Amino acid sequence: MADTVSGISLPSPAAAGVSSPTRVTIVPLAGLPIVGAALIFLVVAISANWLWALDFLHVAGGGLWTGIDLFVGLVIGPIIGRMSVPSRVEFSTRFMPKMVLIMPTLVILTLASGLQLARNLGNLAVPYPNHWWLVASFIVVGVMAVIALGLLEPANLAVLFELKKPQPNGALIAKLMRRFVYTAGITGVMQIATLVIMSRIATW
Amino acid sequence: MVSQSDAQPPQALPPIVQTAVGSMALVIAGGIYLAAYLPHQAPLPIPVVLISLGGVSLLAAAAMLTRLRDFAWTRFRLVSGWALVAYAVIAGMIEYVLLVDQTRGALLVLMTITLAIFALDIPIILGFSVARHQQAGSASRP
Repeated sequence: MADTVSGISLPSPAAAGVSSPTRVTIVPLAGLPIVGAALIFLVVAISANWLWALDFLHVAGGGLWTGIDLFVGLVIGPIIGRMSVPSRVEFSTRFMPKMVLIMPTLVILTLASGLQLARNLGNLAVPYPNHWWLVASFIVVGVMAVIALGLLEPANLAVLFELKKPQPNGALIAKLMRRFVYTAGITGVMQIATLVIMSRIATW
Repeated sequence: MVSQSDAQPPQALPPIVQTAVGSMALVIAGGIYLAAYLPHQAPLPIPVVLISLGGVSLLAAAAMLTRLRDFAWTRFRLVSGWALVAYAVIAGMIEYVLLVDQTRGALLVLMTITLAIFALDIPIILGFSVARHQQAGSASRP
């Protein structure tokens, strides 16, 4: 028996039995020094107003953020949706902890350096109607933040904590993973809008 | 083995996540309004209303949270505590950018309140979303 929503076939957890992994990592501690180093680099770049570093952080961070969102939302997400529950669990226990660390780091690197860069390059002072492109970028980022922080990330964490239980609830994991797949798809599509807006701003 | 029990949590819980997400959406909308006028200062009445409503929603979510019985408080504190640390750092970074850019006066106050509400909403959302599916290990309130 399968739940089918918007073309994504999700096998019922009743059809599958999964052993709970013995150890599920929520946050990979080995990645924390890298995150710390990236944040320190961001602070130095902002305080010293290094244009090259701000540009690097915004372009590299934004490129990775957009690319990962698009890839996860439009490629990985539908694949996860078609996996069996045991395979999904196996994949999630290795994939999601890394996302817990990578995505917030990329977001803060991109946004903080982007704001500083826009000030330095005078993009914020551009008059309307071109200024609407900036406003549109703020709105897209705002909507993505609400979806990612209000729906996607809570589902991600709840799945990981459920998997830590001796007897994880398969129905709950399937329900939360479905939410993860949909919200990742929505933010992926919204990233296309970001690409259009940023290309437009970069070629004023 | 994965258990086949019902995916719904055992007790009906108040709309804490919805309220906190609403709060986050309101303060983000206020922040977007303020940012849309940069480098000039935006008219303040609309963002003040949005951010105030966001603050009220945050307080409502916190009030609903404190009324919960038989809740996995230990797990809630674990998740929301670390989330608070992480998002305090993120909000602090944005505040730092504002200070470096010479943002001052009412705009700085509004942006600081916005960031504070944002940094408090997310720990509630994450902590509650995890703890609601956990067995109540501690009945003590936060």
